Amino acid sequence: MSPTESTNASAAGGVTPDSAARQSSAPPADGAASRSLTRKRRHGPAWHRVAEVAVRVMAASAVVSIVLIFAFVLREAVPIFWEQSDVRLVDLVSPRQWANYDAPMFIWQPVGGVAKMNIVPLFLGTLKVTLLSLLFAVPLAIGAAIFVSQFARRRVREIVKPAVELLAGIPSVVLGFFALMILATWVQDAFGLAYRLNALVAAMGLSLAVIPVIFTISEDALDAVPRQLKEASLALGARKWQTTLRVVLPAALPGIAAAVILGFGRAIGETMVVLMASGNAAVMAPFNPTSSARTVTATIASELGEVSQGDVHWRVLFLLGALLFTVTFVLNRIGVAIVARLHRKLTATSR
Amino acid sequence: MRYAGRDWLLFGATGLATLLVLSMLGIIIGVVLWQGAPVISAEFLTSAPTSDMTGGGILPAIYGTVLLTLLMTLAVVPVGVATAVYLTEYASPRSRLAGIVRAAVQNLAGVPSIVFGLFGLGFFVLFIGRGLDTALGASEPVWGKPAVLWSALTLAILTLPVVIVTTEEALRAVPNDLREAALALGATRFQTVLTVVLPNARGGILTGVVLAVSRGAGEVAPIIFTGAANFLPYLPTDLRDMFMHLGYHVYALATQSPNVDAARPMLFGTVLVLLTVSFSLNLIAVVIRSRSRAALRA
Repeated sequence: MSPTESTNASAAGGVTPDSAARQSSAPPADGAASRSLTRKRRHGPAWHRVAEVAVRVMAASAVVSIVLIFAFVLREAVPIFWEQSDVRLVDLVSPRQWANYDAPMFIWQPVGGVAKMNIVPLFLGTLKVTLLSLLFAVPLAIGAAIFVSQFARRRVREIVKPAVELLAGIPSVVLGFFALMILATWVQDAFGLAYRLNALVAAMGLSLAVIPVIFTISEDALDAVPRQLKEASLALGARKWQTTLRVVLPAALPGIAAAVILGFGRAIGETMVVLMASGNAAVMAPFNPTSSARTVTATIASELGEVSQGDVHWRVLFLLGALLFTVTFVLNRIGVAIVARLHRKLTATSR
Repeated sequence: MRYAGRDWLLFGATGLATLLVLSMLGIIIGVVLWQGAPVISAEFLTSAPTSDMTGGGILPAIYGTVLLTLLMTLAVVPVGVATAVYLTEYASPRSRLAGIVRAAVQNLAGVPSIVFGLFGLGFFVLFIGRGLDTALGASEPVWGKPAVLWSALTLAILTLPVVIVTTEEALRAVPNDLREAALALGATRFQTVLTVVLPNARGGILTGVVLAVSRGAGEVAPIIFTGAANFLPYLPTDLRDMFMHLGYHVYALATQSPNVDAARPMLFGTVLVLLTVSFSLNLIAVVIRSRSRAALRA
């Protein structure tokens, strides 16, 4: 279930009854005549016409869903900008010197005497865990994609690709469970850490969710590189590694970049793994991989259940959701656009 | 061709990456099987949790997951298939509207699952549910509270892209000759879709449905606020009831159990059941897909 599948489908199989009919009727004048004929011939039960209208209406479902999602998440968030409350809006993003503190600080501490709701630590937490997870996922996924598309025999391919699909099919709560129960112990023993749950453990679990995304899209891009390019390079006497790294990889680079962007989007939005394995303390330690981290997604998941509706805290959590939606939307658009463009380019050169 | 020197280096490095990815999958399956299998018994699958969820079984969670995905499937399949039919059979290839629909499908697939949870709460529970309550003059929330119906509808939107993309692929794989033959015999476009295109694409459509069920059955973030319950003393019988869920049960046992060590066997058993469900669904999808492809080729 990746965005590329649909772009491939729409780019490759662009033949619909419409275009087929147009191609098969030789002179264009005939086409118009036959179309008016079919219109006259249109009959069948009345409910068919109703059903046809229903098909067209339901086709809007995806568009309507996207609009509704954004609208209704915002609906709960935006009153924060005009409603009266004790929380100042600037404190959401800029540091503040709270009572009993020596310096202005970024603090997320929404419950307790004075609600401190600075969202900066949450976004830093998200960034820390996701970038760390990409550090594991990118080399592994791209390496495996190169192996499968350039070296593996058919039989090996037919084992690896379904296996990665299987990995993609593991529910994220199971990955979170695995990180929490198994990986956490291994990491703690290996590095002698004081706390089991931290950003590193969450990142490792998260990379399991991201690898299938990056692998699938990169492998598609590498596989789509025209044979002629590869054969020309080999015919000129380049070795296999030279051909792979200097011809195939550069040709597929936009697709691989898109894969990483889409994987990044997936990692930012992932909830259960980070909720279960990251330790969930909103500390400001962006460069310490073994400290705890609290991400945007985990904050929403763990706090929304305990907030009363319409509260400032409630509004801030929905605001976080709207920001998350926006960021992943933009990343997704960029990734999909790159894949589509690369696909057009590669199909053009191979013709 | 013959490899030498750095060819082997690249081969080895990328092969190692592949091996690592495969072994991670193997480790997860191995650990869950090893620790979870001893827990599985007829009693575990057919009884309710007891003593703070450290004993008994997971029947309510299995029942809730099945109920949830059934409702979700009823909602998502007609809409998803209709969208795919529109895209392949009705929209012209250069249609801007179809382009917008496709872009929306791609974006919908990228929306984080927790955002679906916020949306389900804000739209289904609070807007539709509370709206119904007000319209019906209910004094206390009847519809306007978390329920299996709202969770199912939220998941239906989440799995919509899966159904649309797979169905679209299946419809495109139906040879155009069949459509033209039907149209030439005087069938209307809708008759062609109904009697020729859809029956020939049913394998592919079924694949999409199974993949959607597999995806929907494993998602936890969207149901946390829209209907999942930590523990329920009864099985839900009404659309407005809350429900227990395998994935949510794993989350709750792993993070909120008063005694994590005592809950450990239950936890591994539940994960094994959940993993078995999602793997078998994926396997079924693979089998149906390869069979229907072979049938279309023949």
